[in-house]
Amino acid sequence: MFNKLEEIALEERGKAEQYTHTINVCTAAGCASSQSDAVKEALENEVRNHGVEKWCRVRGTGCMGLCAAGPLVAVEPEKPDEVLYQYVKVEDAGDIVASLEDKPVERLRCSTDIPFFTRQKKIALENSGYIDPESIEEYIARDGYSALMKAITEMAPSDVIDEIVASGLRGRGGGGYPTGLKWTTVAKSDGDTKYIICNADEGDPGAFMDRSVLESDPHRVLEGMAIAGYAVGASQGYVYVRGEYPLAVARLKTAIRQARRANMLGSGIGGTLFNFHIDIRLGAGAFVCGEETALIASIEGKRGQPRPRPPYPAEFGLWGKPTLINNVETLSSIAPIIRNGGDWYAQIGTATSKGTKVFALAGSINNTGLIEVPMGTTINDIIYEIGGGVSGGGQCKAIQTGGPSGGCIPADYFDTPVDYESLAKLGSIMGSGGMIVMDESSSMVDVARFFMEFCMTESCGRCVPCRVGTVHMYNILDKFSHHEATPRDLVLLEKLCDMVRNTSLCGLGQTAPNPVLSTLRYFRNEYVEHMVTETNGSGPVTKQMEVAQ
Amino acid sequence: MISRNEKIEPPSDDKRWRIVQATMQRNGFTRDGLIETLHTVQQSFGFLDDDSLRYVAASLNAPLSQVYGVSTFYHLFSLKPAGRNTCVVCMGTACYIKGAPSLLEQIENEYGLSRGETTEDGHLSLMTARCLGSCGLAPVAVINGHIAGKLNAEEALQRLQALQEVENVQQA
Repeated sequence: MFNKLEEIALEERGKAEQYTHTINVCTAAGCASSQSDAVKEALENEVRNHGVEKWCRVRGTGCMGLCAAGPLVAVEPEKPDEVLYQYVKVEDAGDIVASLEDKPVERLRCSTDIPFFTRQKKIALENSGYIDPESIEEYIARDGYSALMKAITEMAPSDVIDEIVASGLRGRGGGGYPTGLKWTTVAKSDGDTKYIICNADEGDPGAFMDRSVLESDPHRVLEGMAIAGYAVGASQGYVYVRGEYPLAVARLKTAIRQARRANMLGSGIGGTLFNFHIDIRLGAGAFVCGEETALIASIEGKRGQPRPRPPYPAEFGLWGKPTLINNVETLSSIAPIIRNGGDWYAQIGTATSKGTKVFALAGSINNTGLIEVPMGTTINDIIYEIGGGVSGGGQCKAIQTGGPSGGCIPADYFDTPVDYESLAKLGSIMGSGGMIVMDESSSMVDVARFFMEFCMTESCGRCVPCRVGTVHMYNILDKFSHHEATPRDLVLLEKLCDMVRNTSLCGLGQTAPNPVLSTLRYFRNEYVEHMVTETNGSGPVTKQMEVAQ
Repeated sequence: MISRNEKIEPPSDDKRWRIVQATMQRNGFTRDGLIETLHTVQQSFGFLDDDSLRYVAASLNAPLSQVYGVSTFYHLFSLKPAGRNTCVVCMGTACYIKGAPSLLEQIENEYGLSRGETTEDGHLSLMTARCLGSCGLAPVAVINGHIAGKLNAEEALQRLQALQEVENVQQA
């Protein structure tokens, strides 16, 4: 079977060698929304018009990262000297094709020498932008499915888990729970039937990493799931995808069909006795379904409401069976770890946080897009080097990580290395990887109110602290933003934060106060400025006195 | 609830019910397939009406309360028909700090709508989304399925005006 994979890989590489030039057009969501499909079509027409189709091909690939400059087009002559074009329009297609045998089109050129490209280290995203996400052959040509074959033919399930433990990989969905430990628990759980779930319910506003991975390299996720299935003894997996991501769903469906045909999924994978099936389950727009027990309820066709843990899904999950739930990015790091060994992965990153992390840079930043950096890279490097600084020439005031469960980190702390512990110490969290840059025009009270509104509407209503507490916190924050708050409100707000954090049932409620707490910690003066200004009425003054007492 | 053997007839002889039946069949007519089924109903008919909820409940042998509970729990399911045109303004973090609230407000004022509402003549539905994942293009709106990025209020209103003109031409 190895031979069969190699055959496909060789054939595909041979096919690629027929072409001296390949024009890659990004067709992931970011570029697709700036009409990259039309650009691709125009390039195909021009290639035919110029009669160069013998040695030049056009193909759609996944995300190239620099979404702000889309649509992006890359021309691969002899690797690695590819030429990258930005803001490509349909009219530019002719010039690009005409330039193939000549010098590149300078007016469209985007330098690949800038830190945005040189400072990144791509593991989870290594194929993004280099393969056609709808072609299993191209994935195989870049060592795809070789990790799965290695696992099921050369390794015992316990060896696979040992490698994951050695790699030090931690959950990339935000929690940071050691992946190896989770796998071990599920593997040890009793039961013949176990399930693997890929959590692709990326609900954090401002985060689009999982979407990009699914759209750019769907096979990578399937391979990770199959390896996980082998390691813990499961033969059925589900990908729970947001209903808002139609392109990701379509590409996943294609990938599953192709993998089944290539015998990389299904019964008797690669001629062995290992069976693994994957089905897709569509979310229907509920943020709380990112929480694992709520997600399980949703797969079972119920309202997505969490239940108390323990028992954890590792012992009592989907339909009461032991279930392993991992995030998209976690699963897409599995194949390289198996291929290169856990020790290789453990060399990257910091003492407690290994490997690389994908971030979605957005907000007031020049290089909006998707980046992957080793853990421990400082925020300064991410914002000013890779991100190219604040857009509009303003000053960066703070960054927000972790979405509605995270917090704001002020510019004074930008020399902090990004890892799970450091961010937690600053009152934020790593989260799934959204990083929103805010300049001086952003009001922190307004940001806190924005996230509280989010948590308030997304609360599933099961437990009282979250259902009622978030409404009250929102009302108080709303008073602040209308300059109607009193010192007493501030005290009450802090009390509520403490109460909701400590008494809510699931992660949504427990972390809902984070944006408020972190902005209170670093930008308390803004809250004070937002209090009632006139003290001529007796009301606010008496309240101030009450607080003093 | 009805016994399993009884054949449940769809509310009408509309051919689109066959697609719904196929989805339920694929999931073995179990309640696990409820969300998938509701997705299919919504894709086929645009929204979930009372008849469809009753039909799905009976077919999957699920209590009507569960079907109603699920369809009101998830944001993507709508119990009301949408307008002939839709405009979804993204209110994700990146869009929010790049001015989505004022964009939304101006559209609301222009059409006398609040988010989640449809104009009386059924011309336009205005909705908001949590995050469309196109943060690089913030602020973003999706007008009739097409993503429009780096949008300002003027441009958005122009595009919506164009929809009205198309409709006027069709009517004339």
